Amino acid sequence: MAVKGEYNPGLYRWSVLLAFCTLLLVVAGGLVTSRDAGLSVPDWPLSYGKLMPPMEGGILYEHGHRMVATTVGLLTIVSMIWLFRADSRKWLRWLGVVALLAVIVQGVLGGLTVLLLLPWWISTSHACLAQLFFSTTVAIALFTSEWWLRGPAVLDEDPRYPIRGLSLAAPVCVLVQLALGAAARHKAIGTIYHIAWAPVVTAVILWISLRILLHYAHNRELRIASLALLGIVFCQVFLGIGAYMSRIAYADAVQPMPAMVALTVLHVAVGALTMAASVALAILVRRNLTSPVRDFAAPRVAAIT
Amino acid sequence: MWENKPLKTLFAAPLLFLAACGGVTQPKTEAMARLPVAHVDPATAGSIAGRVVFQGEAPAMPEIDMSSNPQCERQHHTPQKAETVVVNKNGTLRNVFIWIKAGLPPARWTPPAQAAMLDQKGCVYEPHVLGIVQGQQLEILNDDPINHNVHAECQTNPPWNESQAPRAEHKFKQFDAPEVMFPVTCSVHPWMRSYIAVSPHPFFAVTGDNGAFTLNGVPPGTYTIEAVHEKYGRKEGSVTLAPNGSVTIDFTYGS
Repeated sequence: MAVKGEYNPGLYRWSVLLAFCTLLLVVAGGLVTSRDAGLSVPDWPLSYGKLMPPMEGGILYEHGHRMVATTVGLLTIVSMIWLFRADSRKWLRWLGVVALLAVIVQGVLGGLTVLLLLPWWISTSHACLAQLFFSTTVAIALFTSEWWLRGPAVLDEDPRYPIRGLSLAAPVCVLVQLALGAAARHKAIGTIYHIAWAPVVTAVILWISLRILLHYAHNRELRIASLALLGIVFCQVFLGIGAYMSRIAYADAVQPMPAMVALTVLHVAVGALTMAASVALAILVRRNLTSPVRDFAAPRVAAIT
Repeated sequence: MWENKPLKTLFAAPLLFLAACGGVTQPKTEAMARLPVAHVDPATAGSIAGRVVFQGEAPAMPEIDMSSNPQCERQHHTPQKAETVVVNKNGTLRNVFIWIKAGLPPARWTPPAQAAMLDQKGCVYEPHVLGIVQGQQLEILNDDPINHNVHAECQTNPPWNESQAPRAEHKFKQFDAPEVMFPVTCSVHPWMRSYIAVSPHPFFAVTGDNGAFTLNGVPPGTYTIEAVHEKYGRKEGSVTLAPNGSVTIDFTYGS
């Protein structure tokens, strides 16, 4: 068994594969909603009473989503077992268990939303849990990376520019935005709420990222994570505008319109990346910066390395 | 554990939802059963007729892209267009559901013995708008060589979504509460959309290729007539029908 500080390349690559497949799963789920294919397979867990129905029309998207989901489920089971066998960090093993529970709940939510004809609160929960699950898989990949296991370059937080607490605001604001977007997509609320919250979440991310780049840029990990988050948010804002404009432009067209589907699904996928990047940044901030006020913070930080 | 209110809510919510889906029409159906059976005296019955006129330039309907499913595409010699707004050559509007919304005495109308038919042919619903009497059977056909799902997006009646295999046995459904009107969709082929209007009585019509309608065998009285179009919405008018008389009412929609 590997001990703390030992890098396991196989486990790391598996975790990256899991995160990548989960992003594909988010894309597949986004395609199902955008192509209005959610009810093209009325039964669950089988599809048209079979393991493999004819992949035509909307069935291709709905059953394809189920197939990718099954793959991610299997990858998550292996990931949890691997973590238990090859990593000595208890909290990371439990994160593997949390990921497995999340993917099981996610599967059940997916089935329920089909059987209950897409009630908005189940569909929205399904969409939000997908984003949280993706962030969990990215976090597992981060924790199993050689980069993480080399240990942090710890800095003291400058009390004039506090960032440890502030960094948690980004994932919370992004999650709210994702929930508003999902609720709008499932017709529970108007798109206006998602649009109205966008400047808030963008401002919070700008504030956090710029504070890091202006005051903590000498820390390489924080610099890279902030720039990555800024880049992703930059793309996301334009994708959001594009998705909304395509919705207006094709309002009277026979749906689904390929351009609208592409922009919306990309917006969903980059939304997932935004969430994962903001979670990663918060983790890195809390790992790399110690609070000068609380000297006992250091052992707590060490505990998650 | 059950003292915990949020937990209770969490567990109760799905049950309430299911109850709402399954039982919402029950009291209405029972109340309907207590009503006297409707009777129309043929000697005094009359007719209400009219046209639905479209003013302005008819919007061009987009072509439906069926290329994602070649088996649908192959069944059409020319590209199919959306049927959201179909303006006839004489300037009238097709696919408008016309019915007596109010004015009939409270009564229970016996549904026709013959089922109303909804066909899936060439990945298009036929007819596009279908009127049906509450309690009447709806017969659903799949004349296509491919799978469809039929999703009745009812609000008042319990919604349902079922698959129908190629040329499978016909499905029979029934709607027990009046509901004018709701879409029926297929998620396998997202362009497929039709509308069903469930009327409590048989006095309704759907405008065709001349935009005209006639409601026959209507007892004398003063009625609110409603026209319902999937895009342009609802319009109302009032008529008074004398014994054995006939009356006309026109509706006008515009872009």
